[in-house]
Amino acid sequence: MNKKSFGSRLVAAPYLVWASIFVIVPLVMMAYFAFTDSSGVFTLSNITQIGKYKKAFLVSILYAVAATAITLLISYPMAYFMTKMKVSSQRMVMIIVMLPMWMNFLIRTYSWISILANTGIINTFLKSIGLKPLHLINTPGAVILGMVYDFIPYMILPIYSVMSKIDNSLLEAAADLGSNAFSRLRRVIIPLSMPGVISGITMVFVPSVSTFYISQKLGGNKNWLIGDAIEYLFGAGPEYYNVASAISLILMILILLCLAVMSRFSGDEEGGVIV
Amino acid sequence: MAKENIVELKDICVSFDGERVLDGLSLKIKDKEFITFLGASGCGKTTTLRLIAGFLDPDSGDVIFEGKRFNGVPAYKRQVNTIFQRYALFEHLNVFENVAFGLRVKKMPESEIKKTVSDMLSLVNLQGFEKRRIATLSGGQQQRVAIARAIANKPKVLLLDEPLAALDLKLRKDMQKELRNIQCTLGITFIFVTHDQEEALTMSDRVVVMDKGKIQQVGTPKDIYNEPKNAFVADFIGESNIIDGVMKKDFVVDFSGHIFKCLDEGFGSDEAVDVVVRPEDVDIVPVEKGMLTGTVTSVAFLGVHYEIIVDIGGFKWMIQTTDECFVGDTVGLYIEPDAIHIMKKSEYSGLYGDYSSYSEEMDHLSDNTQEEE
Repeated sequence: MNKKSFGSRLVAAPYLVWASIFVIVPLVMMAYFAFTDSSGVFTLSNITQIGKYKKAFLVSILYAVAATAITLLISYPMAYFMTKMKVSSQRMVMIIVMLPMWMNFLIRTYSWISILANTGIINTFLKSIGLKPLHLINTPGAVILGMVYDFIPYMILPIYSVMSKIDNSLLEAAADLGSNAFSRLRRVIIPLSMPGVISGITMVFVPSVSTFYISQKLGGNKNWLIGDAIEYLFGAGPEYYNVASAISLILMILILLCLAVMSRFSGDEEGGVIV
Repeated sequence: MAKENIVELKDICVSFDGERVLDGLSLKIKDKEFITFLGASGCGKTTTLRLIAGFLDPDSGDVIFEGKRFNGVPAYKRQVNTIFQRYALFEHLNVFENVAFGLRVKKMPESEIKKTVSDMLSLVNLQGFEKRRIATLSGGQQQRVAIARAIANKPKVLLLDEPLAALDLKLRKDMQKELRNIQCTLGITFIFVTHDQEEALTMSDRVVVMDKGKIQQVGTPKDIYNEPKNAFVADFIGESNIIDGVMKKDFVVDFSGHIFKCLDEGFGSDEAVDVVVRPEDVDIVPVEKGMLTGTVTSVAFLGVHYEIIVDIGGFKWMIQTTDECFVGDTVGLYIEPDAIHIMKKSEYSGLYGDYSSYSEEMDHLSDNTQEEE
């Protein structure tokens, strides 16, 4: 990097100040808490205690992977069909996709309770037509459904935005070279939309793996995720800050590892869209 | 017949949003010829190419390939390949994989792919570029990859949609020669689209001049230049003075107040006609020896010759001469009978061929405009 002018540094200053106060300092504090005990003495015991939370870690990752996979399976075809629509319809669908994002996340999740509850909309309907009620709420399925529902716009939008920029002449060129529709999808559309897919996976996986609200509302107390553990420990009093920080730190490292694997997997050095 | 005409277009009409783009177009394209569709932006030449490629089906009329009707056959099943205006190379693949694209789709064995790709890259002078990414190539190199990618599939017909428009002048001239060489080497039909008349004349066996979705004239470059069919063709190909005249009888025409001998016949007596005289075919002579007399109103020095505008009875002629003249001079014009070309009146009569509004600057501007269709 060559030297920046004073002016350009000045322009970046507000964000740099913001980032150092609200990103760097908390990270340093988190690392500090993770490696000290409640009296401030260096220790590794917080890290070694994490074994107790192994199950929560595994369940979180499992649920997040499942939610991300389902989201991708729904979003990719959706994004593809959006690009095939008329421009005016594309805008319409885009608004429909984004509409839930304008509503409060907590309310959106809460509303699923009234749909899935034992006396909720679905079961009331099933009973009214003489079927046996289903146990829906407080199941892993409900948690994953909540994740898919809450985060799906973050998958559709990046895929759609990358896919809609694929030049139609590339598809014509592929057809010209003998590719049928399936081959065009496999050889042109999928490789060229990979940056959007990677970006979408990141934006769905990261909040899913660390969520606590969705699992609390839709998973009851049986589906304890790592986010719930962190939330519980921080709420339990200052003496638990150190363990909670250690878990947060490990979770962050795990997420970073996942992302590193992902971007290696995509083999894309440009990575323009990757968050 | 199937062998002789590889592609045949029969009475083709195409409309987009109610607007006629192609209007009753018919043409037979011979096997192994280099044929060029020439016309201004929006004349329908690219649409014609897309019909042959299979990206588009005509509203009415037939596209016939080797004697078989091809309407509705999708692009990927046609034995034609296209070189696109902006190349349409696959940025996610390297040069080798771009050229190998069609071969992989056909499931050609790996060893054969390697050999074909390396043959193609040497044909377009890109040996050693196999591993390069598309984004690291210059425009000219990308152009060559696009050519290699298309001809690797051994098409019977290669379609070229303004392939040289994005290159600078020097490179364009080189690529013109190279394309011609490639066509000779491969011995396949090239269907070329351009708005550049010079390109069309230098490269083609035959030129198809198009305007308003119709073919205005088909012929060899010489025919098109020397025997334009109407005022549009005469004006579009090179510079022309197009004057209203009256055919007195065979070999005698009256225009600009003088009776000229000419080599044209077969018009009705006293039929109104358009007379074409190319600027380079007019000699500047002393007034007393001239058939016509006029005043020089503008002189431009172009290196090889002067381009002067002469006002003759209110009609401005463009004349290219090596004799120096000055604005305000009164000069005589001498025109040989074989320099006069007579055309029937057409819808284009009176629209072209008068240099009253001629401006050097405008001409250069319009030469540089690239086509967006």
